[in-house]
Amino acid sequence: MARNWEEFLVEKVLLLAAISSIIIILLIIGFVIQQGLPAMEQVGPLNFIFGMDWSPSYNIYGVFPMIVGSLGMMTLALIFAVPLSIFGAIFLAEVAPKTMRRILKPTIETLAGIPSVVYGFFGLIVLVPFMRIHFGGSGFSMLTASIILTVMVLPTILSISEDALRSIPLEYKEASLALGATHWQTIKNVIFPAALPGIVTGIILGMGRAIGETMAVIMVAGNTPIIPGSILEPARALTSNIALEMGYALGLHYNALFATGIVLLMMIIVLLVITNYINYKRKVTVGGGYL
Amino acid sequence: MISMPRIISPHHAQKIMNVVLWGVGFLAIVILIIIIGYILYNGLPQFSLEFIFGNPVGSGESGGIWPMIVSTFYVTFIALIVATPLGVLAAIWLAEYAGESNLVKAIRFAAETLASIPSIVFGLFGLTFFVVFLQMGFSVLSGGLTLALMAIPTILRTAEVSIEAVPQSYKEGSLALGASKWQTIYRVVIPAAIPGITTGIILGMARAIEETAAILYTVGAALAIPMSIWDPARPLPLHLYILATEGVSLPNAYGTAAVLVLIILIITISTNYLVEKYTKKMMGR
Repeated sequence: MARNWEEFLVEKVLLLAAISSIIIILLIIGFVIQQGLPAMEQVGPLNFIFGMDWSPSYNIYGVFPMIVGSLGMMTLALIFAVPLSIFGAIFLAEVAPKTMRRILKPTIETLAGIPSVVYGFFGLIVLVPFMRIHFGGSGFSMLTASIILTVMVLPTILSISEDALRSIPLEYKEASLALGATHWQTIKNVIFPAALPGIVTGIILGMGRAIGETMAVIMVAGNTPIIPGSILEPARALTSNIALEMGYALGLHYNALFATGIVLLMMIIVLLVITNYINYKRKVTVGGGYL
Repeated sequence: MISMPRIISPHHAQKIMNVVLWGVGFLAIVILIIIIGYILYNGLPQFSLEFIFGNPVGSGESGGIWPMIVSTFYVTFIALIVATPLGVLAAIWLAEYAGESNLVKAIRFAAETLASIPSIVFGLFGLTFFVVFLQMGFSVLSGGLTLALMAIPTILRTAEVSIEAVPQSYKEGSLALGASKWQTIYRVVIPAAIPGITTGIILGMARAIEETAAILYTVGAALAIPMSIWDPARPLPLHLYILATEGVSLPNAYGTAAVLVLIILIITISTNYLVEKYTKKMMGR
Protein backbone atom coordinates (compact mmCIF):
# COMPACT_ATOMS: atom_id res chain seq x y z
CA MET A 1 0.00 0.00 0.00
CA ALA A 2 2.83 2.37 0.95
CA ARG A 3 4.46 1.57 -2.39
CA ASN A 4 1.35 2.61 -4.26
CA TRP A 5 1.20 5.91 -2.45
CA GLU A 6 4.80 6.57 -3.25
CA GLU A 7 4.25 5.80 -6.93
CA PHE A 8 1.21 8.05 -6.98
CA LEU A 9 3.03 10.92 -5.27
CA VAL A 10 6.05 10.67 -7.57
CA GLU A 11 3.88 10.81 -10.65
CA LYS A 12 2.08 13.91 -9.40
CA VAL A 13 5.36 15.69 -8.61
CA LEU A 14 6.70 14.89 -12.08
CA LEU A 15 3.46 16.05 -13.65
CA LEU A 16 3.71 19.31 -11.73
CA ALA A 17 7.23 19.90 -13.08
CA ALA A 18 5.98 19.21 -16.61
CA ILE A 19 3.07 21.62 -16.20
CA SER A 20 5.42 24.36 -14.98
CA SER A 21 6.29 25.13 -18.62
CA ILE A 22 2.66 25.97 -19.29
CA ILE A 23 2.41 28.07 -16.12
CA ILE A 24 5.58 30.01 -17.00
CA ILE A 25 4.40 30.70 -20.55
CA LEU A 26 1.01 31.92 -19.30
CA LEU A 27 2.72 34.15 -16.69
CA ILE A 28 5.04 35.65 -19.32
CA ILE A 29 2.27 36.31 -21.81
CA GLY A 30 -0.07 37.57 -19.07
CA PHE A 31 2.39 40.00 -17.50
CA VAL A 32 3.73 41.37 -20.78
CA ILE A 33 0.19 41.92 -22.09
CA GLN A 34 -0.96 43.48 -18.81
CA GLN A 35 1.91 46.00 -18.95
CA GLY A 36 1.62 46.62 -22.68
CA LEU A 37 -2.13 46.90 -23.01
CA PRO A 38 -2.46 50.45 -21.60
CA ALA A 39 -0.23 51.74 -24.41
CA MET A 40 -2.09 49.72 -27.04
CA GLU A 41 -5.39 51.12 -25.76
CA GLN A 42 -4.26 54.71 -25.50
CA VAL A 43 -2.53 54.82 -28.87
CA GLY A 44 -4.93 52.43 -30.58
CA PRO A 45 -3.68 49.01 -31.72
CA LEU A 46 -3.68 49.95 -35.42
CA ASN A 47 -1.95 53.28 -34.83
CA PHE A 48 0.59 51.49 -32.68
CA ILE A 49 1.40 48.78 -35.20
CA PHE A 50 1.18 50.88 -38.38
CA GLY A 51 2.28 54.24 -36.95
CA MET A 52 5.29 55.62 -38.80
CA ASP A 53 6.57 57.80 -35.97
CA TRP A 54 8.30 56.80 -32.77
CA SER A 55 9.03 59.87 -30.67
CA PRO A 56 8.57 59.18 -26.95
CA SER A 57 9.26 62.82 -26.04
CA TYR A 58 6.06 63.80 -27.93
CA ASN A 59 4.16 60.74 -26.71
CA ILE A 60 3.89 59.40 -30.26
CA TYR A 61 4.30 55.64 -30.48
CA GLY A 62 4.27 53.78 -33.80
CA VAL A 63 6.40 50.68 -34.29
CA PHE A 64 6.02 50.21 -38.03
CA PRO A 65 9.60 51.32 -38.82
CA MET A 66 10.85 48.74 -36.32
CA ILE A 67 8.66 46.01 -37.81
CA VAL A 68 10.15 46.87 -41.22
CA GLY A 69 13.61 46.89 -39.63
CA SER A 70 13.18 43.49 -37.96
CA LEU A 71 11.64 41.84 -41.03
CA GLY A 72 14.16 43.48 -43.38
CA MET A 73 17.19 42.30 -41.42
CA MET A 74 15.67 38.85 -41.07
CA THR A 75 14.96 38.57 -44.82
CA LEU A 76 18.46 39.71 -45.79
CA ALA A 77 20.04 37.34 -43.28
CA LEU A 78 17.97 34.45 -44.66
CA ILE A 79 18.94 35.28 -48.26
CA PHE A 80 22.58 34.74 -47.23
CA ALA A 81 22.10 31.99 -44.67
CA VAL A 82 19.64 29.64 -46.39
CA PRO A 83 21.78 28.64 -49.41
CA LEU A 84 24.90 28.42 -47.24
CA SER A 85 23.21 26.25 -44.61
CA ILE A 86 21.54 23.96 -47.12
CA PHE A 87 24.81 23.36 -49.00
CA GLY A 88 26.58 22.95 -45.67
CA ALA A 89 23.98 20.43 -44.51
CA ILE A 90 24.21 18.46 -47.78
CA PHE A 91 27.99 18.47 -47.42
CA LEU A 92 27.81 17.16 -43.87
CA ALA A 93 25.14 14.57 -44.51
CA GLU A 94 26.23 13.27 -47.91
CA VAL A 95 29.72 14.27 -49.00
CA ALA A 96 32.04 15.00 -46.08
CA PRO A 97 34.43 12.23 -45.07
CA LYS A 98 34.55 11.22 -41.41
CA THR A 99 37.51 13.41 -40.41
CA MET A 100 35.93 16.49 -42.00
CA ARG A 101 32.70 15.81 -40.11
CA ARG A 102 34.62 15.51 -36.87
CA ILE A 103 36.01 19.01 -37.43
CA LEU A 104 32.89 20.61 -38.86
CA LYS A 105 30.37 19.45 -36.24
CA PRO A 106 32.12 21.10 -33.26
CA THR A 107 32.82 24.14 -35.46
CA ILE A 108 29.10 24.65 -35.99
CA GLU A 109 28.30 23.98 -32.34
CA THR A 110 30.83 26.61 -31.31
CA LEU A 111 29.36 29.11 -33.79
CA ALA A 112 25.97 28.45 -32.14
CA GLY A 113 27.45 28.91 -28.68
CA ILE A 114 29.35 32.17 -29.11
CA PRO A 115 27.53 34.81 -27.00
CA SER A 116 25.55 37.33 -29.02
CA VAL A 117 27.40 40.24 -27.37
CA VAL A 118 30.64 38.77 -28.68
CA TYR A 119 29.17 38.68 -32.19
CA GLY A 120 28.01 42.26 -31.70
CA PHE A 121 31.42 43.29 -30.43
CA PHE A 122 33.16 41.63 -33.39
CA GLY A 123 30.71 43.37 -35.73
CA LEU A 124 31.30 46.73 -34.08
CA ILE A 125 35.09 46.47 -34.16
CA VAL A 126 35.67 44.68 -37.47
CA LEU A 127 32.61 44.69 -39.72
CA VAL A 128 31.34 48.26 -39.18
CA PRO A 129 34.68 49.90 -40.15
CA PHE A 130 34.94 47.49 -43.09
CA MET A 131 31.48 48.50 -44.35
CA ARG A 132 32.25 52.18 -43.79
CA ILE A 133 35.34 51.96 -45.99
CA HIS A 134 33.85 49.83 -48.75
CA PHE A 135 30.23 50.98 -48.91
CA GLY A 136 30.38 54.48 -47.45
CA GLY A 137 28.02 55.92 -44.85
CA SER A 138 28.54 55.29 -41.17
CA GLY A 139 28.98 51.52 -41.54
CA PHE A 140 26.06 50.96 -39.14
CA SER A 141 23.35 49.55 -41.38
CA MET A 142 20.71 46.92 -42.01
CA LEU A 143 23.21 45.08 -44.22
CA THR A 144 25.88 45.01 -41.50
CA ALA A 145 23.37 43.64 -38.99
CA SER A 146 22.15 40.99 -41.40
CA ILE A 147 25.69 39.76 -42.11
CA ILE A 148 26.20 39.19 -38.37
CA LEU A 149 22.73 37.57 -38.17
CA THR A 150 23.67 35.27 -41.06
CA VAL A 151 26.50 33.75 -39.02
CA MET A 152 24.19 33.49 -36.00
CA VAL A 153 21.29 31.68 -37.73
CA LEU A 154 23.53 29.48 -39.88
CA PRO A 155 24.08 26.80 -37.18
CA THR A 156 20.33 26.57 -36.45
CA ILE A 157 19.27 26.04 -40.07
CA LEU A 158 22.26 23.86 -40.89
CA SER A 159 21.93 21.35 -38.06
CA ILE A 160 18.16 20.92 -38.46
CA SER A 161 18.55 20.50 -42.24
CA GLU A 162 21.29 17.94 -41.70
CA ASP A 163 19.04 15.91 -39.40
CA ALA A 164 16.29 16.07 -42.01
CA LEU A 165 18.65 14.90 -44.78
CA ARG A 166 19.94 12.06 -42.63
CA SER A 167 16.47 10.81 -41.76
CA ILE A 168 15.69 9.99 -45.42
CA PRO A 169 15.53 6.18 -45.77
CA LEU A 170 18.62 4.69 -47.41
CA GLU A 171 16.42 2.80 -49.91
CA TYR A 172 15.47 6.08 -51.63
CA LYS A 173 19.11 6.83 -52.26
CA GLU A 174 20.01 3.30 -53.30
CA ALA A 175 17.11 3.09 -55.75
CA SER A 176 18.14 6.34 -57.42
CA LEU A 177 21.81 5.35 -57.65
CA ALA A 178 20.83 1.95 -59.01
CA LEU A 179 18.96 3.67 -61.83
CA GLY A 180 22.26 5.22 -62.90
CA ALA A 181 21.79 8.69 -61.44
CA THR A 182 24.94 10.46 -60.25
CA HIS A 183 25.33 11.26 -56.57
CA TRP A 184 24.44 14.93 -57.14
CA GLN A 185 21.38 14.01 -59.25
CA THR A 186 20.29 11.75 -56.40
CA ILE A 187 20.75 14.52 -53.86
CA LYS A 188 18.97 17.10 -56.01
CA ASN A 189 16.05 15.00 -57.23
CA VAL A 190 15.49 12.49 -54.45
CA ILE A 191 17.06 13.27 -51.09
CA PHE A 192 16.54 17.05 -51.03
CA PRO A 193 12.83 17.00 -51.99
CA ALA A 194 12.15 14.29 -49.39
CA ALA A 195 13.91 16.31 -46.69
CA LEU A 196 12.28 19.61 -47.65
CA PRO A 197 9.69 19.81 -44.83
CA GLY A 198 12.45 19.37 -42.24
CA ILE A 199 14.59 21.98 -43.97
CA VAL A 200 11.67 24.43 -44.01
CA THR A 201 11.25 23.86 -40.26
CA GLY A 202 14.91 24.75 -39.83
CA ILE A 203 14.48 27.91 -41.87
CA ILE A 204 11.49 29.03 -39.81
CA LEU A 205 13.39 28.43 -36.55
CA GLY A 206 16.22 30.50 -38.07
CA MET A 207 13.67 33.26 -38.78
CA GLY A 208 12.64 33.19 -35.14
CA ARG A 209 16.24 33.45 -34.03
CA ALA A 210 16.89 36.40 -36.37
CA ILE A 211 13.78 38.29 -35.22
CA GLY A 212 14.53 37.60 -31.55
CA GLU A 213 18.20 38.58 -31.58
CA THR A 214 18.82 41.73 -29.56
CA MET A 215 22.37 42.50 -28.50
CA ALA A 216 24.27 41.80 -31.74
CA VAL A 217 21.73 43.82 -33.72
CA ILE A 218 21.82 46.81 -31.34
CA MET A 219 25.58 47.04 -31.64
CA VAL A 220 25.79 47.21 -35.45
CA ALA A 221 22.42 48.31 -36.92
CA GLY A 222 22.58 52.03 -36.13
CA ASN A 223 19.13 51.99 -34.45
CA THR A 224 17.43 55.02 -36.04
CA PRO A 225 13.66 54.51 -35.71
CA ILE A 226 12.95 55.40 -39.35
CA ILE A 227 12.20 53.11 -42.28
CA PRO A 228 15.57 52.79 -44.04
CA GLY A 229 15.75 54.00 -47.64
CA SER A 230 18.24 51.30 -48.59
CA ILE A 231 19.94 48.33 -46.99
CA LEU A 232 23.02 50.50 -46.43
CA GLU A 233 21.11 52.83 -44.10
CA PRO A 234 20.72 52.30 -40.36
CA ALA A 235 17.56 50.67 -39.03
CA ARG A 236 16.11 49.67 -35.68
CA ALA A 237 14.73 46.24 -34.77
CA LEU A 238 11.77 45.65 -32.40
CA THR A 239 14.06 43.93 -29.90
CA SER A 240 16.55 46.80 -29.96
CA ASN A 241 13.74 49.29 -29.40
CA ILE A 242 12.97 47.66 -26.05
CA ALA A 243 16.57 47.19 -24.95
CA LEU A 244 17.66 50.71 -25.90
CA GLU A 245 14.92 52.65 -24.14
CA MET A 246 13.86 50.53 -21.17
CA GLY A 247 16.61 52.06 -19.04
CA TYR A 248 14.93 55.44 -18.81
CA ALA A 249 11.31 54.82 -19.90
CA LEU A 250 8.52 56.03 -17.60
CA GLY A 251 4.72 56.06 -17.77
CA LEU A 252 3.20 55.51 -21.21
CA HIS A 253 6.66 55.11 -22.75
CA TYR A 254 7.31 52.15 -20.38
CA ASN A 255 3.99 50.58 -21.41
CA ALA A 256 4.74 51.21 -25.10
CA LEU A 257 7.94 49.18 -24.78
CA PHE A 258 5.97 46.26 -23.32
CA ALA A 259 3.52 46.68 -26.20
CA THR A 260 6.53 46.30 -28.53
CA GLY A 261 7.12 43.04 -26.67
CA ILE A 262 3.55 41.97 -27.48
CA VAL A 263 4.21 42.55 -31.20
CA LEU A 264 7.36 40.41 -30.95
CA LEU A 265 5.50 37.65 -29.11
CA MET A 266 2.78 37.59 -31.78
CA MET A 267 5.37 37.21 -34.55
CA ILE A 268 7.09 34.33 -32.76
CA ILE A 269 3.84 32.51 -32.02
CA VAL A 270 2.78 32.76 -35.70
CA LEU A 271 6.13 31.20 -36.71
CA LEU A 272 5.67 28.41 -34.13
CA VAL A 273 2.19 27.58 -35.31
CA ILE A 274 3.50 27.29 -38.89
CA THR A 275 6.33 24.93 -37.83
CA ASN A 276 3.93 22.76 -35.87
CA TYR A 277 1.63 22.57 -38.88
CA ILE A 278 4.52 21.53 -41.15
CA ASN A 279 5.69 18.91 -38.66
CA TYR A 280 2.17 17.57 -38.36
CA LYS A 281 1.86 17.25 -42.13
CA ARG A 282 5.29 15.64 -42.37
CA LYS A 283 4.37 13.03 -39.79
CA VAL A 284 1.29 12.19 -41.81
CA THR A 285 2.98 11.97 -45.24
CA VAL A 286 6.49 10.63 -44.59
CA GLY A 287 6.13 9.25 -41.10
CA GLY A 288 9.33 10.98 -40.02
CA GLY A 289 10.14 11.58 -36.37
CA TYR A 290 9.35 14.57 -34.28
CA LEU A 291 11.78 17.41 -34.12
CA MET B 1 10.70 16.15 -62.91
CA ILE B 2 10.25 17.69 -66.38
CA SER B 3 13.47 17.21 -68.30
CA MET B 4 15.19 20.45 -69.09
CA PRO B 5 17.62 20.93 -71.97
CA ARG B 6 20.91 19.78 -70.59
CA ILE B 7 23.49 22.58 -70.46
CA ILE B 8 25.94 20.77 -68.21
CA SER B 9 26.40 17.04 -68.32
CA PRO B 10 25.56 15.18 -65.08
CA HIS B 11 29.17 14.19 -64.82
CA HIS B 12 30.34 17.81 -64.86
CA ALA B 13 27.54 18.92 -62.54
CA GLN B 14 28.76 16.34 -60.06
CA LYS B 15 32.28 17.76 -60.18
CA ILE B 16 31.12 21.38 -59.85
CA MET B 17 28.84 20.57 -56.93
CA ASN B 18 31.60 18.72 -55.11
CA VAL B 19 33.73 21.87 -55.27
CA VAL B 20 30.81 24.04 -54.10
CA LEU B 21 29.95 21.74 -51.19
CA TRP B 22 33.54 21.45 -50.01
CA GLY B 23 33.86 25.22 -50.35
CA VAL B 24 30.85 25.85 -48.08
CA GLY B 25 32.22 23.37 -45.54
CA PHE B 26 35.54 25.17 -45.43
CA LEU B 27 33.81 28.57 -45.31
CA ALA B 28 32.13 27.66 -42.00
CA ILE B 29 35.49 26.71 -40.52
CA VAL B 30 37.13 29.89 -41.86
CA ILE B 31 34.39 32.11 -40.36
CA LEU B 32 34.84 30.48 -36.96
CA ILE B 33 38.62 30.79 -37.08
CA ILE B 34 38.42 34.47 -38.07
CA ILE B 35 35.99 35.40 -35.27
CA ILE B 36 37.57 33.33 -32.49
CA GLY B 37 41.09 34.03 -33.71
CA TYR B 38 40.49 37.78 -33.80
CA ILE B 39 38.99 37.88 -30.31
CA LEU B 40 41.66 35.65 -28.76
CA TYR B 41 44.53 37.37 -30.63
CA ASN B 42 43.50 40.73 -29.23
CA GLY B 43 42.12 39.50 -25.92
CA LEU B 44 44.69 37.03 -24.61
CA PRO B 45 47.49 39.67 -24.32
CA GLN B 46 45.19 41.49 -21.83
CA PHE B 47 45.22 38.49 -19.49
CA SER B 48 47.15 38.90 -16.28
CA LEU B 49 46.56 38.00 -12.66
CA GLU B 50 45.45 41.57 -12.11
CA PHE B 51 42.96 41.46 -14.98
CA ILE B 52 41.31 38.20 -13.92
CA PHE B 53 41.43 38.64 -10.13
CA GLY B 54 41.44 42.43 -9.82
CA ASN B 55 38.60 44.88 -9.27
CA PRO B 56 37.69 47.32 -12.05
CA VAL B 57 39.03 50.84 -11.72
CA GLY B 58 36.53 53.63 -12.39
CA SER B 59 33.76 52.20 -14.57
CA GLY B 60 36.07 49.59 -16.07
CA GLU B 61 38.61 51.82 -17.86
CA SER B 62 41.34 49.72 -16.34
CA GLY B 63 41.74 47.11 -13.65
CA GLY B 64 40.20 43.68 -13.64
CA ILE B 65 36.95 41.75 -14.07
CA TRP B 66 36.84 39.57 -10.93
CA PRO B 67 33.44 40.91 -9.76
CA MET B 68 32.01 40.11 -13.21
CA ILE B 69 33.33 36.56 -13.11
CA VAL B 70 31.80 36.12 -9.64
CA SER B 71 28.51 37.64 -10.85
CA THR B 72 28.37 35.30 -13.84
CA PHE B 73 29.00 32.37 -11.52
CA TYR B 74 26.21 33.43 -9.12
CA VAL B 75 23.48 34.06 -11.69
CA THR B 76 24.35 30.85 -13.55
CA PHE B 77 24.28 28.88 -10.30
CA ILE B 78 20.83 30.22 -9.38
CA ALA B 79 19.55 29.55 -12.89
CA LEU B 80 20.73 25.93 -12.80
CA ILE B 81 19.51 25.21 -9.26
CA VAL B 82 16.01 26.20 -10.37
CA ALA B 83 16.00 24.97 -13.98
CA THR B 84 17.65 21.56 -13.50
CA PRO B 85 15.01 19.91 -11.28
CA LEU B 86 12.14 21.44 -13.26
CA GLY B 87 13.65 20.45 -16.62
CA VAL B 88 14.76 16.95 -15.65
CA LEU B 89 11.58 16.00 -13.75
CA ALA B 90 9.43 17.29 -16.61
CA ALA B 91 11.55 15.26 -19.04
CA ILE B 92 11.04 12.10 -16.97
CA TRP B 93 7.30 12.64 -16.97
CA LEU B 94 7.16 13.32 -20.72
CA ALA B 95 9.37 10.33 -21.57
CA GLU B 96 8.00 7.75 -19.13
CA TYR B 97 4.50 8.68 -17.97
CA ALA B 98 2.91 10.83 -20.65
CA GLY B 99 0.80 9.30 -23.36
CA GLU B 100 -0.64 11.24 -26.26
CA SER B 101 -3.17 13.46 -24.52
CA ASN B 102 -4.04 17.09 -25.20
CA LEU B 103 -2.23 18.01 -21.98
CA VAL B 104 0.98 16.51 -23.35
CA LYS B 105 0.55 18.46 -26.59
CA ALA B 106 -0.01 21.65 -24.60
CA ILE B 107 3.12 21.00 -22.50
CA ARG B 108 5.22 20.39 -25.60
CA PHE B 109 3.91 23.52 -27.31
CA ALA B 110 4.59 25.53 -24.14
CA ALA B 111 8.18 24.22 -23.94
CA GLU B 112 8.73 25.01 -27.62
CA THR B 113 7.33 28.51 -27.17
CA LEU B 114 9.56 28.99 -24.13
CA ALA B 115 12.55 27.96 -26.25
CA SER B 116 11.80 30.48 -28.99
CA ILE B 117 10.64 33.56 -27.07
CA PRO B 118 13.17 36.36 -27.72
CA SER B 119 15.50 36.90 -24.78
CA ILE B 120 14.53 40.56 -24.46
CA VAL B 121 10.93 39.46 -23.79
CA PHE B 122 12.23 37.30 -20.93
CA GLY B 123 13.98 40.46 -19.79
CA LEU B 124 10.69 42.39 -19.88
CA PHE B 125 8.98 39.65 -17.91
CA GLY B 126 11.82 39.50 -15.38
CA LEU B 127 11.57 43.25 -14.92
CA THR B 128 7.83 43.39 -14.36
CA PHE B 129 7.49 40.06 -12.46
CA PHE B 130 10.64 39.46 -10.38
CA VAL B 131 11.98 43.01 -10.01
CA VAL B 132 8.72 44.93 -9.58
CA PHE B 133 5.85 42.54 -8.76
CA LEU B 134 7.75 40.21 -6.39
CA GLN B 135 9.86 43.16 -5.19
CA MET B 136 13.19 41.42 -5.62
CA GLY B 137 14.72 44.58 -7.06
CA PHE B 138 17.62 44.64 -9.50
CA SER B 139 19.49 41.69 -8.03
CA VAL B 140 21.38 38.47 -8.59
CA LEU B 141 18.16 36.64 -7.68
CA SER B 142 15.98 38.44 -10.28
CA GLY B 143 18.60 37.89 -12.99
CA GLY B 144 19.23 34.26 -12.05
CA LEU B 145 15.52 33.39 -12.00
CA THR B 146 14.99 35.06 -15.40
CA LEU B 147 17.87 32.99 -16.80
CA ALA B 148 16.38 29.85 -15.21
CA LEU B 149 13.22 30.26 -17.29
CA MET B 150 15.37 30.38 -20.43
CA ALA B 151 17.41 27.31 -19.47
CA ILE B 152 14.40 25.06 -18.71
CA PRO B 153 13.48 24.15 -22.31
CA THR B 154 17.12 23.39 -23.21
CA ILE B 155 17.53 21.02 -20.27
CA LEU B 156 14.09 19.50 -20.79
CA ARG B 157 14.58 18.62 -24.44
CA THR B 158 18.08 17.16 -24.11
CA ALA B 159 17.12 15.15 -21.01
CA GLU B 160 13.95 13.84 -22.67
CA VAL B 161 15.83 12.63 -25.75
CA SER B 162 18.43 10.83 -23.63
CA ILE B 163 15.82 9.18 -21.39
CA GLU B 164 13.91 7.97 -24.44
CA ALA B 165 17.15 6.53 -25.87
CA VAL B 166 17.54 4.12 -22.92
CA PRO B 167 16.89 0.64 -24.39
CA GLN B 168 13.49 -0.86 -23.62
CA SER B 169 15.21 -4.09 -22.54
CA TYR B 170 16.79 -2.33 -19.52
CA LYS B 171 13.36 -1.36 -18.23
CA GLU B 172 11.84 -4.76 -18.95
CA GLY B 173 14.69 -6.43 -17.09
CA SER B 174 14.12 -4.29 -14.04
CA LEU B 175 10.34 -4.62 -14.09
CA ALA B 176 10.64 -8.40 -14.49
CA LEU B 177 12.67 -8.51 -11.27
CA GLY B 178 9.67 -7.04 -9.47
CA ALA B 179 10.80 -3.41 -9.27
CA SER B 180 8.07 -0.78 -9.36
CA LYS B 181 7.91 1.80 -12.14
CA TRP B 182 9.54 4.56 -10.10
CA GLN B 183 12.24 2.19 -8.78
CA THR B 184 13.01 1.26 -12.39
CA ILE B 185 13.23 4.89 -13.45
CA TYR B 186 15.27 5.90 -10.43
CA ARG B 187 17.70 2.95 -10.36
CA VAL B 188 17.93 1.96 -14.04
CA VAL B 189 16.69 4.57 -16.49
CA ILE B 190 18.18 7.71 -14.94
CA PRO B 191 21.66 6.25 -14.32
CA ALA B 192 21.74 5.06 -17.94
CA ALA B 193 20.66 8.50 -19.17
CA ILE B 194 22.99 10.52 -16.92
CA PRO B 195 25.53 11.51 -19.61
CA GLY B 196 22.71 12.90 -21.78
CA ILE B 197 21.10 14.68 -18.84
CA THR B 198 24.49 16.19 -17.92
CA THR B 199 24.91 17.40 -21.49
CA GLY B 200 21.52 19.10 -21.23
CA ILE B 201 22.52 20.82 -17.98
CA ILE B 202 25.79 22.02 -19.51
CA LEU B 203 23.91 23.40 -22.53
CA GLY B 204 21.49 25.17 -20.18
CA MET B 205 24.51 26.56 -18.35
CA ALA B 206 25.96 27.86 -21.62
CA ARG B 207 22.68 29.59 -22.37
CA ALA B 208 22.73 31.29 -18.95
CA ILE B 209 26.38 32.35 -19.22
CA GLU B 210 26.11 33.94 -22.66
CA GLU B 211 22.79 35.72 -22.21
CA THR B 212 22.72 39.51 -22.05
CA ALA B 213 19.34 40.88 -23.11
CA ALA B 214 17.43 38.96 -20.42
CA ILE B 215 19.57 40.35 -17.61
CA LEU B 216 19.95 43.88 -18.96
CA TYR B 217 17.03 45.14 -16.84
CA THR B 218 16.88 42.51 -14.11
CA VAL B 219 20.35 42.20 -12.59
CA GLY B 220 21.35 45.86 -12.32
CA ALA B 221 24.88 46.79 -13.39
CA ALA B 222 26.80 47.26 -10.16
CA LEU B 223 30.59 47.06 -10.37
CA ALA B 224 31.13 45.63 -6.88
CA ILE B 225 31.14 41.94 -5.99
CA PRO B 226 27.57 41.00 -4.95
CA MET B 227 27.54 40.02 -1.27
CA SER B 228 24.10 38.38 -1.26
CA ILE B 229 21.47 37.30 -3.75
CA TRP B 230 19.67 40.61 -3.13
CA ASP B 231 22.60 42.69 -4.41
CA PRO B 232 22.83 43.97 -7.98
CA ALA B 233 25.63 42.54 -10.12
CA ARG B 234 27.20 42.77 -13.55
CA PRO B 235 27.84 39.44 -15.30
CA LEU B 236 30.51 39.21 -18.03
CA PRO B 237 28.37 39.65 -21.17
CA LEU B 238 26.68 42.72 -19.70
CA HIS B 239 30.10 44.14 -18.80
CA LEU B 240 31.32 43.57 -22.37
CA TYR B 241 28.22 45.28 -23.76
CA ILE B 242 28.72 48.34 -21.57
CA LEU B 243 32.47 48.53 -22.23
CA ALA B 244 31.99 48.25 -26.00
CA THR B 245 28.96 50.48 -26.57
CA GLU B 246 29.90 53.23 -24.15
CA GLY B 247 33.49 53.22 -25.40
CA VAL B 248 34.89 52.73 -21.90
CA SER B 249 37.93 50.64 -22.70
CA LEU B 250 38.77 48.68 -25.82
CA PRO B 251 41.57 46.55 -24.30
CA ASN B 252 39.35 45.48 -21.39
CA ALA B 253 36.51 44.75 -23.83
CA TYR B 254 38.84 42.45 -25.80
CA GLY B 255 39.92 40.74 -22.59
CA THR B 256 36.33 40.21 -21.42
CA ALA B 257 35.30 38.87 -24.84
CA ALA B 258 38.25 36.46 -24.77
CA VAL B 259 37.18 35.14 -21.34
CA LEU B 260 33.66 34.52 -22.70
CA VAL B 261 34.97 32.79 -25.82
CA LEU B 262 37.25 30.54 -23.73
CA ILE B 263 34.34 29.56 -21.47
CA ILE B 264 32.22 28.64 -24.50
CA LEU B 265 35.11 26.66 -26.07
CA ILE B 266 35.57 24.67 -22.85
CA ILE B 267 31.83 23.96 -22.69
CA THR B 268 31.64 22.82 -26.33
CA ILE B 269 34.65 20.55 -25.98
CA SER B 270 33.39 18.96 -22.76
CA THR B 271 29.87 18.33 -24.13
CA ASN B 272 31.39 16.73 -27.22
CA TYR B 273 33.53 14.51 -25.02
CA LEU B 274 30.49 13.50 -22.95
CA VAL B 275 28.34 12.76 -25.99
CA GLU B 276 31.09 10.65 -27.54
CA LYS B 277 31.55 8.68 -24.34
CA TYR B 278 27.81 8.19 -24.05
CA THR B 279 27.38 6.97 -27.62
CA LYS B 280 30.24 4.53 -27.18
CA LYS B 281 28.69 3.21 -23.96
CA MET B 282 25.27 2.76 -25.55
CA MET B 283 26.62 1.24 -28.76
CA GLY B 284 29.02 -1.03 -26.90
CA ARG B 285 26.24 -3.17 -25.41
